[in-house]
Amino acid sequence: MSRQTLFDKIWQSHEICQNDEGQSLLWVDRHLAHEGSFHAFNKLAERGLTVRHPELTLGIADHYVPTLSRSLTDVNEKTRNVIEQLISNTRAHGVPLIGMNDPRQGIVHVVGPELGLTQPGLVMVCGDSHTSTHGALGALAFGIGASEVAHVLATQTLWQNKPKQLRIRINGSLSPAVSAKDIALAWISRLGADGARGYAIEYAGSAIDDLSVEARLTLCNLSIEGGARCGMIAPDEKTIEYLRDRPMAPKGEDFEFASTWWRTLATDADASFDREVELDASDIAPQVTWGTSPEEAMPITGRVPNPDDEHSPDKARQHRDSLEYMGLKPDQLLTDIVINRIFIGSCTNARIEDLRAAAAVLKGRKSKVPGLISAGSTQVKAQAEAEGLDQIFIDAGLEWRESGCSMCVGMNGDQLKSGERCASSTNRNFKGRQGLGSRTHLMSPAMVAAAAVAGHLADVRPLLQEVSQS
Amino acid sequence: MTPFTQLTAPACPLVRSNVDTDQLIPARFMKEPRRVGYGQFLLYDLRHDDTGKPIGDFILNQPGADQSQIMVTRRNFGAGSSREAAVYALVDFGFRCVIAPSFGDIFSSNAVNNGLLPALVSEADADRLLNALETEPTHITVDLATQQIHFADQIIPFDINAVWKTKLLNGWDDIDLTEGYRSAIDSFLLTYQTRYPWTQGQPEGALGLIARDNR
Repeated sequence: MSRQTLFDKIWQSHEICQNDEGQSLLWVDRHLAHEGSFHAFNKLAERGLTVRHPELTLGIADHYVPTLSRSLTDVNEKTRNVIEQLISNTRAHGVPLIGMNDPRQGIVHVVGPELGLTQPGLVMVCGDSHTSTHGALGALAFGIGASEVAHVLATQTLWQNKPKQLRIRINGSLSPAVSAKDIALAWISRLGADGARGYAIEYAGSAIDDLSVEARLTLCNLSIEGGARCGMIAPDEKTIEYLRDRPMAPKGEDFEFASTWWRTLATDADASFDREVELDASDIAPQVTWGTSPEEAMPITGRVPNPDDEHSPDKARQHRDSLEYMGLKPDQLLTDIVINRIFIGSCTNARIEDLRAAAAVLKGRKSKVPGLISAGSTQVKAQAEAEGLDQIFIDAGLEWRESGCSMCVGMNGDQLKSGERCASSTNRNFKGRQGLGSRTHLMSPAMVAAAAVAGHLADVRPLLQEVSQS
Repeated sequence: MTPFTQLTAPACPLVRSNVDTDQLIPARFMKEPRRVGYGQFLLYDLRHDDTGKPIGDFILNQPGADQSQIMVTRRNFGAGSSREAAVYALVDFGFRCVIAPSFGDIFSSNAVNNGLLPALVSEADADRLLNALETEPTHITVDLATQQIHFADQIIPFDINAVWKTKLLNGWDDIDLTEGYRSAIDSFLLTYQTRYPWTQGQPEGALGLIARDNR
């Protein structure tokens, strides 16, 4: 059993068998289903199949839910229809559902850890690429498509090719105001948006050990933006304490029994990886994206790249295309980029620590631009209100909304207008992601708050120094 | 699913990197049922201007583009969101094969599950193909058994995972295949449940409570 990685240990414990071509049939412990699951449920219906283990799937409405209220009259008919299909599909198959009005509602990848549904050593899937988030607690978690969702519903298993393994070590300590989001954008800009394609990532090193569980969730969430199948962090005492007493975590003796196993999951000292990458935490500055791929990120102190300086013709073409879409000029200072809106939300950066970090910057200040703040879950929203964070945001001139995927993906109608530029705590700066013609700059919640205060992209560090001096 | 063996068809060049699944099908169309046909949504925001008018010189709007069954493109095609709707859009438009130097992992699985071949070629070979397609609309042949692409008088090899190759060649569907493993799953589960009992279902009441609250 020696010389195994965290990934190997979970894979092996879930491998039912292999087929002749070497593909593995894996047992799936937990499946999360959002509104987009209707294609998969339709596939079951076409074949007259039932859900094999309804108790191991949990339905949650997040992608299409309105954030102005919790009323289905606040969305158009087609949107309402998609939400209602999740309700009827889960009901028909006896699958538990956290509905829109449930106090435990939220974005699936925020709710899973929050309820203790996400646990070390589990195989978890969801028809959403940001399922990699759950790896932060030491689960093997990855996004799948609708055909695979149908397969999981019908069999509670999944055929998978074993990916290669990449360890990303972040050594040393992060500087103040540098966050997990900055680590992620730093490694993705270095390796590329397909740099980790075909790999399962394990994040390790002293800077990772030092991260809170919530920060780890942000880091693992963004693994897919570098093309990785999943991202994981070995469970430690922080993980175990995080899970203790959560409603869906094991209880009493079961918890002690489970945590004994969880402690054995860490990668063995002599285990090897297909590839290793190391970054020094002290080299990482607050990052922003300037283009239309998460790989087009750089420190806020930099300038927009000049495609003429790019050696690869394909890269130069890509950069020109990104600059044109984003309405930016080569060599302009990033801090000269004027914004129209801000958004703080999404499965990436809308947990309580994210909201606290943004509130620390916004306290006693005004936002120069309008913006939305949508908590990652209804519980996070309640917690933020108990701490008075909502009032800080409202006093700054921002809108405090209900929880959902909201303007990260714009499916519920929370969108930018064409040409609008947004400082966003989300995960994708793709063309049109936040609405047709939208321009997205990705950054940490604290950096979004700094941009709000400045009215342009800005370094949060001087603002935080002012706070600590006053 | 229709098996994929050999395909000779006009190829369509999409000279871009990082064509993510948000571009392949913008999120606002994903509320639609599949029966409306997803081909109309393929690359919608690249095909249309802000007023919804087709952009004449975009490749998919050119005469004959609707006959194309093979797309040739650059690196990191299908990155991002796991939305299988991106594959539905390609398939419903008529595509049966996409040739590129790299694909998003989830996109590739989704493609294979819908009989769409994701053929991996080198950057240099993608360039050669794109150059050839630039000068004239060309029929090319993709042969899965030999993993070769024939165009003009040239042959270039492509890569495909061995399992996916078998699935595509035979038109197999995973749910059907897995039926044959029912007893393996059952016996796995006996051991697994004994070993990791807390993973089965939830602490008493936790999920049941949720179910009741919403029904």
